[in-house]
Amino acid sequence: MTLTKLLTATTALTLVAGVAAAEEMTIVSWGGAYTASQKGAYHDPYSANTGVTIINDDSSAEAVAKLRAMSEAGNVTWDVVDVVAADAIRLCDEGLALEIDADTMLADAPDGTKASEDFGDLLVSDCFIPQIVYSTTFGYRTDLVGDTAPTTVCAVFDTEAYPGKRSLEKRPINNMEWALLCDGVAKGAVYDVLATEEGQQQALDKLATIKDDVIWWSAGADTPQLLADGEVVMGSTYNGRLFAAIEEQKQPIGMLWDAQVFDLDGWIIPAGLSDERKARALDYIMFATDTQRLADQAQYISYGPARKSSAPLVGKHKTLGIDMAPHMPTDPNNAKNTFLYNYEFWADYRDDIDAKFQAWLAK
Amino acid sequence: MSDSTANGLVLAADGTPLKRSLSRAMRRQKMRAFMLVAPLLIFVLLTFIYPIGVMLSRSVQNDIVPETLPETVRVLGAWDASSGELPDEAVYAAFTRDMSVAIAAKKHTRLGSRLNYEKTGFSSMFRQSGRKMKKLDPVADAPFKDKLIKIHKGWGDVETWKTLQTYSGLYTSGYFLNAVDARMTPEGMAWQPEDKQILLKLFGRTLVMSLIITGSCILLGYPIAWLLANVSPRNANLLLILVLLPFWTSLLVRTSAWKVMLQQNGVINEVLVWIGLVPDGDRLILINNEFGTIVAMTHILLPFMILPMYSVMQTIPPVYLRAAKSMGATNWTAFWRVYFPQSIPGIGAGSILVFILSIGYYITPEIVGGTKGVFISNRIAYHISSSLNWGLAAALGTILLIVVLALYWAYDRIVGIDNVKLG
Repeated sequence: MTLTKLLTATTALTLVAGVAAAEEMTIVSWGGAYTASQKGAYHDPYSANTGVTIINDDSSAEAVAKLRAMSEAGNVTWDVVDVVAADAIRLCDEGLALEIDADTMLADAPDGTKASEDFGDLLVSDCFIPQIVYSTTFGYRTDLVGDTAPTTVCAVFDTEAYPGKRSLEKRPINNMEWALLCDGVAKGAVYDVLATEEGQQQALDKLATIKDDVIWWSAGADTPQLLADGEVVMGSTYNGRLFAAIEEQKQPIGMLWDAQVFDLDGWIIPAGLSDERKARALDYIMFATDTQRLADQAQYISYGPARKSSAPLVGKHKTLGIDMAPHMPTDPNNAKNTFLYNYEFWADYRDDIDAKFQAWLAK
Repeated sequence: MSDSTANGLVLAADGTPLKRSLSRAMRRQKMRAFMLVAPLLIFVLLTFIYPIGVMLSRSVQNDIVPETLPETVRVLGAWDASSGELPDEAVYAAFTRDMSVAIAAKKHTRLGSRLNYEKTGFSSMFRQSGRKMKKLDPVADAPFKDKLIKIHKGWGDVETWKTLQTYSGLYTSGYFLNAVDARMTPEGMAWQPEDKQILLKLFGRTLVMSLIITGSCILLGYPIAWLLANVSPRNANLLLILVLLPFWTSLLVRTSAWKVMLQQNGVINEVLVWIGLVPDGDRLILINNEFGTIVAMTHILLPFMILPMYSVMQTIPPVYLRAAKSMGATNWTAFWRVYFPQSIPGIGAGSILVFILSIGYYITPEIVGGTKGVFISNRIAYHISSSLNWGLAAALGTILLIVVLALYWAYDRIVGIDNVKLG
């Protein structure tokens, strides 16, 4: 009798707990200033409107591997996941992300433009809901570059005019493109050249000319730190990190926007959620990616909103009070010479070129 | 001996033979002991051995190919790859049927990423073909050969079909070959092109650097352990706290602290420049290379060396040294012939701990290792979380495990594992 009672009581409790937990959702993102910007622009207003508690998980860097493991274990605990576009494509390929119909699942622009048109080319995968445009670009120490500040990306390869160390990411992506650009390959031909063995060798040879002067980074915070310490004269990183170092920490760093590589970051919803959780995740996405919300995020961090209709609404920084538009990678003054991350190419060549790149590094 | 039967068996009180009765009692006891251990055993089996086994078994699994393309694999088996000619219509028709099922189940892109590990270009070929092949009817639209080649020229490339044929089995040795810088080709095993060979080098580097780190831990740790064991208990406590303090500090914090110390504008270089030992324009490069990795990892792993040494040295009676000296031994002889041999079990235990920990180290080499100080675990991490090539990661992990077990075995043969003491 007592055992039965105990069992009934526990079951009842579990059910109650289940109902209580239903008003929660786990959102995965990158942590730090980025999650803070999402909290300010999306999470807090959404929680206030709906009463849903949002739990933040800073696992985006390993999201693809973790989501695959969760899916194999049959226990996906995430509701919405923030990933870069290349990862979204892989998750979609692996069948780990929900396919999104932009026009029915995402909000229209205020003037009635359909979401698919508002996001336009940025919908690079069937599963991906773009959120921001960020760029990987260079920052340089204004006090260490002499009288002529660098104006082109090729300054990175010019160790005579700009002696000193530079920091580059410890992976082939972006570095190979910049190397070819500065080795005289036309912008439109970069990927055709990079698809050949000779082209890959050409890029590595160009990088070899500065190999002894490079500190290779693997975390986005490395370059701002190396610049602040005076360890490097210039280095690549995400533009938002440089904005924080320049405007918030007042470091003597300048932006080199030339040949910045645009990339996208956005949401995916994991495949295989229960109907209830899926509905809640879609409800959140509908809210968090509307025109106003995307513009709001730019009050906290210098990444460009992915909707065309959000651009005119970008205002001032929430605490610094400075105009954010000139700090956006998409601002016409900054976007004179840009590159768009080639997802299709790198999905194919990433492993092949990475093996060569790592072997070259270890030489 | 009244309980003995006629044929000489000793009987217990209940009349059963004593031997059987005893063994039954023993069995019951053993069962009880086993029941006590069972929860832990089951826990370890379920949460440790089983998942690791499943993960390692990925290093040979290749069922995704025959399961996604069952009919193609069967028909393709009859194709002679060395003929240099494309397979005939039957293969293309089977492939179209398999693909239409796979596309409906959204499995074709997954197969594309799997095969892209073997031949660059498969990933986009499957993704693009999937979009266009959706419109093909696997019966009405025959023949398919020309249509497929029109959809993607890759289907008109003999190499494509060779790769598919090579990787059509349920199991593959391909991942293990990849893990040792080789690959499987339709003609058999071949080395990777030279500009892609990296993994064997990393295995070698990991072993050599781990040995150096273990060696420097012994050199630095031995005097400290000796001091700990031979000062007054109050001072020993204080020293022990100093040894343990870094142990309780986050690994990342300690590694980052080394960055601040060793970088070119870091503490050590600034001091050396200030006292004039090093010219300002020619500062030492102490980090982002092998040296940085060895320094940082030696510091981080030092407590694992000191603690077992200390607990062994504590058990060596100081009278032995005094006795040796009283019989005329010099300080050195007394130490080398009397004290040191007794402390070897501590060195052994510390070395095994440090070596095995450092061989699998990942985060410190990643942060301070630059290009020349990274370990094989950094590649395993890359294949687990970035390239998603879990088969290769599993093969690398299995090899690493085998290397560690082999070294352990060698150690047991040479030094003897019974000579290892943790206290």
